Amino acid sequence: MDGFSWILLSPLKQEIFLAVVGMILLMIGAFRGNTSINFIMPAVIISLVVAIIGIFVGDWTAIDTLSGMIIVDGFSEWMKILILSGLAVSLLLSVSWLRENAMLKFEYPILVLFSGIGMMLMVSSNNLLSLYMAIELSSLCLYVLAAINRDNLLSTEAGLKYFILGALSSGLLLFGISLVYGYTGTLSFASISGFLETTKSMPYGVMVGMIFMLAGLAFKISAVPFHMWTPDVYQGAPTPVTALFAIVPKVAALGLIIRLITGPFELLAEEWTQIFIFISVTSMILGAFAGLVQNNIKRLLAYSSIGNMGYAMLGLLPSVSAGVASVIIYVSIYMVMLAGVFGILMSVKRNGQSIENIPDFAGLSKSSPFLAYTLAALLFSMMGIPPLAGFFGKFFVFQAAVAGGFFVVAVVGVLTSVVGAYYYLRLIKVMFFDASAGEFDEDKSLSRHLVVVGSLAFIILFTVMPNQLLNQAMIAASSLFP
Amino acid sequence: MDFPLLSLVTFLPLAGAVLLMLLKGDEAVVASKSRMIALVITGATFFLSLPIMLGFDPTVTDFQFIEKKVWFEQYGISYHMGIDGISLFFVMLSTFLTPLCILASWKSITTRVREYMIAFMMLETFMIGTFCALDAVLFYVFFEGVLIPMFIIIGVWGGARRVYSSFKFFLYTLLGSVLMLVALITMILLAGTADIPVLMGYDFSPELQTWLWVAFFASFAVKMPMWPVHTWLPDAHVEAPTAGSVILAGVLLKMGGYGFLRFSLPMFPDASEFFAPMVFALSVIAIIYTSLVALVQTDMKKMIAYSSVAHMGFVTLGIFTMNTQGIEGAIFQMISHGVISAALFLSIGVVYDRLHTRDINRYGNLAKNMPVFACVFIILMLGSVGLPGTSGFVGEFLALLGAFQVNTVVGTIASLGVVLGAVYMLHLGRKLVFGPKVNDDAAAMTDLDLREKLIFLPLIVLVIWLGIAPSYVLDRIAPSVANIVTQVTPVEEEILQTPELELTPDLKGIE
Repeated sequence: MDGFSWILLSPLKQEIFLAVVGMILLMIGAFRGNTSINFIMPAVIISLVVAIIGIFVGDWTAIDTLSGMIIVDGFSEWMKILILSGLAVSLLLSVSWLRENAMLKFEYPILVLFSGIGMMLMVSSNNLLSLYMAIELSSLCLYVLAAINRDNLLSTEAGLKYFILGALSSGLLLFGISLVYGYTGTLSFASISGFLETTKSMPYGVMVGMIFMLAGLAFKISAVPFHMWTPDVYQGAPTPVTALFAIVPKVAALGLIIRLITGPFELLAEEWTQIFIFISVTSMILGAFAGLVQNNIKRLLAYSSIGNMGYAMLGLLPSVSAGVASVIIYVSIYMVMLAGVFGILMSVKRNGQSIENIPDFAGLSKSSPFLAYTLAALLFSMMGIPPLAGFFGKFFVFQAAVAGGFFVVAVVGVLTSVVGAYYYLRLIKVMFFDASAGEFDEDKSLSRHLVVVGSLAFIILFTVMPNQLLNQAMIAASSLFP
Repeated sequence: MDFPLLSLVTFLPLAGAVLLMLLKGDEAVVASKSRMIALVITGATFFLSLPIMLGFDPTVTDFQFIEKKVWFEQYGISYHMGIDGISLFFVMLSTFLTPLCILASWKSITTRVREYMIAFMMLETFMIGTFCALDAVLFYVFFEGVLIPMFIIIGVWGGARRVYSSFKFFLYTLLGSVLMLVALITMILLAGTADIPVLMGYDFSPELQTWLWVAFFASFAVKMPMWPVHTWLPDAHVEAPTAGSVILAGVLLKMGGYGFLRFSLPMFPDASEFFAPMVFALSVIAIIYTSLVALVQTDMKKMIAYSSVAHMGFVTLGIFTMNTQGIEGAIFQMISHGVISAALFLSIGVVYDRLHTRDINRYGNLAKNMPVFACVFIILMLGSVGLPGTSGFVGEFLALLGAFQVNTVVGTIASLGVVLGAVYMLHLGRKLVFGPKVNDDAAAMTDLDLREKLIFLPLIVLVIWLGIAPSYVLDRIAPSVANIVTQVTPVEEEILQTPELELTPDLKGIE
């Protein structure tokens, strides 16, 4: 191709901006030490917000750059907004937590920022090479984050587990990429789909490669049968990191999956649909049933997230614009609900200690009614009970599945949602029906309250005026189906 | 009509609930304030709902008081409200019973009063909304939303086994409803809209109708509740606080019957025809079996709960006769049962508040020390038995009339249920009100106070008024019922038309 020009970088303004900010802050941190977190944390949050605003006002017309390595379109831009908002919210949640637990490490917000850049590139990647690079950039930061509380046995174990299994999944992904490259002779998404269009007999190597790639990505979104790491990592990682893991990387990985199956592997729909049916059904079933016996709320949320990924994948089955839109709506709502749940989780403390065992939540409705009622509302929403937003999230993915003719999968989905309702109800029961298990500390963190109130307001207001979000999701999805 | 009366009536209680959330102060002050506010708001809701009933035009067969706003524009889902003769009285029942529930809980609820009132007002919004919704998704939203406050009401203010009962109630109903959701989605996709009037006119293929009907049946049969999925009801009733039972029996159970009339019959006429014998069988079993079960109960609330299942048996029987008398009878039975069973639960609540037991054997000879209560209870008991002159008679009689037209065997067996109903209700009345004096604390109970009298007065008046002058109600439901009947019996119309069709070629031949 012709020579390099600065113009080629212009679609990547936000990523470059964040990277520069990240490196400057890293320098400041390196020279000033951990006390500089008081400056770095707000600086990161503000730059994330600036980037979000930049994307909002920016141009959303599809454009690819750097010799087709990167694509920027409505879908990538909306996913970036989700990712960056998720990161900003998870940092907001962690501000007070890090202080309370004496974990003021200046690397924390910077690692979050760099993983965010990786995730932004993930949803923008248009080439197997940039895809892999983006995944690794975000994953390496996340491995470190899981183990950031390095004096804690559970946290280091979580970090190690996440790293080893994550490395394995990266290996699977890379192996898949090499197979696809070997059989198609190209790394670019456009050329792969062009190859599949023109080829007379589809080489099995491409299919096997695709399966390996999807397996590696299923790992990232913790879908069955690659879910085993989730409960342990969720439990072991410090709570704000768990919140981050639960809210953001899965959205990015899901975005990447959507990009792959609507782009290079669009013509292999028949093959990957079968895989997705299996993944979706088993995730929903496992998420519902395994959650029933959990006593630790973080493990419970891990299983709930496995199930929720199963629901999200329902919308992908038909491979149409409306289906992708339903998935985008689903994960957007899901992220907001999780942010609220984790905000409350970090707010509920007894004698300065966070509570993780479900029975210890007894009596929360008496001592902090606001938290208890908000958590109840969020849990009802996650169950999918109207009139809260969670219901509509489920409604649209089920609608997409039914529209694609996947009746049985949809019925399995609604039935498992009833099973899953039990464990959410159990938490509500403990908070409201059981006698108090002791006094709770009063929570004074303003940033956490902000997140919780915002989340509650969203799940109620979405019902009243849903069209803004729906239109955005439609625009984002339709950019994948030109 | 431009003024959004239905929306106002629907959402006024919700606004009241929000108002209660904002109350500040110490617990006792908040408690008494929330009682007052809840009473005023629900009372205002009732008075606002009166213009709906008075302004309702009984000559119009179509929906009235229509409001329509865009909601999910790309998905064909709108905020569409409106009522016809079927929903009118259920709306009235909801607005009428809720203030009475607030009054009934005035003294018996002492903990977390504010939350209790919020739950009841949310519940009222969802109940009214269910009956007013003319959009399938909107209907589902209200229909399912009911679960949240009811779960909390049973679970927080319920009796000893409240956790078990509340979970059972929630999961049973949810399981039925999610299947209906899948069916709803299918219908919306086929018809391209969630508008109920449009869906009513849409021709679903007979094969699909079967599946859709089954899915809807799963939801409504649980809600109704029909035998054999009724077991959540006795548990929920026994554990729920008095007012919770009142709403449960008075309004929530009617959602099932309303659903059958709004969805199953007009949208899936072929499937309804096909499944009618099964429904008859289940209804008859419910009438006979649960009456017998009610007979052996020692827990008074459980007895009334089982009697509710039996009475609902008449309702499903009436609905699926698919003729005018049957359906009118079913609707009337629902309205009447809403009043009578609500009042019966309230009267059980009255004695429970005094003696704190529901064991029938601990009571006796209340006519002596509680004459007013005894009188009230006997009237209600006779209403429940279906004595002519009370509202209970009209519904049961019409439903049976409809049943005999369709199937004499079913009609005959169901009529036996009326006798059984009399057996257990008279048994309850004899034990409670008359009978020998059993223990001293029962004999020392005080009669109804002014608040309680005020609660029972409108209920008694309604029981008798509906019994003597049912035409006010029947006139208003008749056009809508006629609508349904024509929708479900296109086959008979064709038969009527055939001779004319045959005549035409003959005439031509003559020419």
